[in-house]
Amino acid sequence: MGLVLLIVIWLITFVSTYFFIAKTWWLPAGASAAAAGIDQHFATTYVLMGIVFVAAQLALGYLAWRYRAGGSPSKAEYSHGNAKLELIWTVLTAVLFVGLNLMSSSIWASERFRPAEENAVRVEVTGMQFAWYFRYPGPDGKFGATKPELEDASAGGEAALGLDPKDPASKDDVVTGTMVVPVNREVEVILRAHDVIHSFFIPSMRFKQDAVPGLAIHMHFTPIETGEFEIACAELCGLGHYKMHGMLKVVSPEEFDQWLAAREAEKQ
Amino acid sequence: MATHEFAAQASHAHAAPQGFIRKYVFSLDHKIIGIQYYFLALAAVFVGMFLSLLMRIHLIWPTVALPLLGEIKPENYLSLVTMHGTIMVFFVLTTAPQGGFGNYFLPIQIGAPDMAFPVLNMLSFWTTFLGFIVMLAAFFVTGGAPLHGWTGYAPLSALQSAGPGEGLGADLWIISIAIFCIGALMGALNFITTTLDMRAKGMTMMRMPLTCWAWFITAILGLLAFGVLLSGGILLLMDRNLGTSFFVPLVTVNGQLTGHKGGSPLLWQHLFWFFGHPEVYIAILPAMGLCSQLLSVFSRKPIFGYKAMVYAMLSIGFLGFMVWGHHMFMSGMSPYTAFAFSIMTMGIGVPSAIKTFNWLGTMWGGRIRFSSPMLFAIGFVSLFVSGGISGPFLAQPVLDIQLHDTAFVPAHFHLIMGVASIFGIFAATYYWFPKMFGRMMNETLARWHFFISLIGTYAIFMPMHYAGMAGQPRRYSQFTELHYLAHLIPLNTFITFAAFVTVGGQLIFVVNLFWSMFKGKKASDNPWEATTLEWTTATPPPHDNFGGKTPVVHNGPYEYGVPGAPRDYVMQTDPEVRAAH
Repeated sequence: MGLVLLIVIWLITFVSTYFFIAKTWWLPAGASAAAAGIDQHFATTYVLMGIVFVAAQLALGYLAWRYRAGGSPSKAEYSHGNAKLELIWTVLTAVLFVGLNLMSSSIWASERFRPAEENAVRVEVTGMQFAWYFRYPGPDGKFGATKPELEDASAGGEAALGLDPKDPASKDDVVTGTMVVPVNREVEVILRAHDVIHSFFIPSMRFKQDAVPGLAIHMHFTPIETGEFEIACAELCGLGHYKMHGMLKVVSPEEFDQWLAAREAEKQ
Repeated sequence: MATHEFAAQASHAHAAPQGFIRKYVFSLDHKIIGIQYYFLALAAVFVGMFLSLLMRIHLIWPTVALPLLGEIKPENYLSLVTMHGTIMVFFVLTTAPQGGFGNYFLPIQIGAPDMAFPVLNMLSFWTTFLGFIVMLAAFFVTGGAPLHGWTGYAPLSALQSAGPGEGLGADLWIISIAIFCIGALMGALNFITTTLDMRAKGMTMMRMPLTCWAWFITAILGLLAFGVLLSGGILLLMDRNLGTSFFVPLVTVNGQLTGHKGGSPLLWQHLFWFFGHPEVYIAILPAMGLCSQLLSVFSRKPIFGYKAMVYAMLSIGFLGFMVWGHHMFMSGMSPYTAFAFSIMTMGIGVPSAIKTFNWLGTMWGGRIRFSSPMLFAIGFVSLFVSGGISGPFLAQPVLDIQLHDTAFVPAHFHLIMGVASIFGIFAATYYWFPKMFGRMMNETLARWHFFISLIGTYAIFMPMHYAGMAGQPRRYSQFTELHYLAHLIPLNTFITFAAFVTVGGQLIFVVNLFWSMFKGKKASDNPWEATTLEWTTATPPPHDNFGGKTPVVHNGPYEYGVPGAPRDYVMQTDPEVRAAH
């Protein structure tokens, strides 16, 4: 039985580890400025935890076989433990875990402890059952007022957001169903939700943040590759949660300016 | 002190009841109540497991019409998610290890005739039972069971219009949890008082088996955590039905104003996770205590570092109350607090690692007997390690950006608080069944059950880690809407088939359980040659546990292989031994 246990536990360990190392299923390729740092720290954690995982499982299987009754030694050792080993082990794990944490804290701080840069592209993102809407402030740089009583979700676009036409600042606001941003420039995201909590998740950008009703949450990221990137909802928001998706289009700065100008022109 | 304890015990003696109702239904005997809790959890685990199978079927064959149930729609899928999680967490993982085995064996292991408050004990079981019935009722009302997940995040859980199931079904869901909390609070008080006041002469705290320590710490966690959940639940119920706005700001659903304003959705999350994180330890601490015990019994060796084990459990319990924010890194909570919650959470890794080290140290140099309880204890250690190492990923906010709310999270908590705890329940069943029912369980069936469960569990949950890293969000009823998830469908199909096999393997356990109850080999009083007090009394134990005698304790709980002792094990009631060095 000791041998069977050893084989089963070791096999489970090797098979699990194989798929982690082979990266058969892996993080989607990163396309934002923060992705490299995050992925680097992911890899560090992953190697260290992988070593702990393999070592502990192999030891467990080995001990089960080595100290099976009927094997040698013929008598169990009488010991209540070893305070010195215990202390060494405690210090080692404390250094490992707290050290890992401290290593990652600077990345977290650079992502979340500072506001977006002055020249960032500002996009207001609103989640509602079950769609994402994106609003650009237009040439005046100001988002117009929205009023809950003006909301008409079925009409989509500006009406879905409840944009107040009486507010002069709302005249040039652009509302779209696709998020378009220029490459290599920071994007300031202002997250809102109308009804329940949603979560704005762009896997390729290593970006995730809940959109909470009643709050306007300011976040930022910098796309560094052009292309189309899928947006998912990552917080359970109701029966259509699984199909609440959107698209992020990262384009060249020229293309972005043209696109935005054309949308603004449509408004006139 | 001894006189005090003795007096406490004498005042709690009550005569054995005669009628069927008082003996088996509204019983005051902690042993009967323990068995009642166990069977309640057994019924609940089968409901919960059945729901998870339906989920796995829907994910792979979304439009298939099932016999009797018909087609599962996306909203039904979310109801299954909600009810699976709620039933498993409350009525299985909280009920069986503590209410079931704790109730049965805590008094016996500390040498008491019963729990401190037998009537309260009976009430706490029947309250829990009522909670379960109310929970099941949510399936059968108009709109069906709620779809807001076991975490019940507001405003989704607070607005009747937010989705199907958010009507009466959601009210019943909250009421059921509130009832459960009341039962759990009564149980916690009873466990704490019993442990402090009812110990037999010589049973000092540091001579208690680690199982008793685990139940004691679990009870303290329960006392502090369930009260918060209960109040949160009442506030949520008021938001839903009385027009208050604790958790709901000004929101519109489908363009319609709801009449709420000024509430905070994050407040619910704080209240919920202040309960929710300690709950994880409520589920797994008893399994930690038990598996420590079993590794010592079946390695025929004293536990490695008894004191370290006690302090590790205490610090896990203590730190468990300071880490709830790690569930909320992406919630909009201040990013500065994330740093503190993260450090604390990584800190829990330290006592957890101490425990793992000590479990391996206990096996080291032993003479391991591979009886079925030991197999499950070893399986527990393996699962605890595997589920544990994904913790430091999720505990770091930077990595949580990508992993939060993906399949990586269910992979992590299923391995550690789910299946590892379940392995603890299985180990406890195989270990104590002879004492509870007077017969042995079948070892061959137990071994099949063990290997199918262990391999099946890994086959289900390891792939979920891969899917989570690839960005598969959890609680998605379909993977067809997002293109980047398409390549994960074969992986999910594999998980579904693994789930079928694993669930099938559980039937072996049920057959073994009921067959052995009537046909199993008769058990002796101490079939495992273990040292703790339950093995000193008759099988099954008499009404007052020790047949009118009160045990006197002279030894620690893990005296195996003592040099110079007549036997390979020294009972706690044997004359005090000192090892001949």
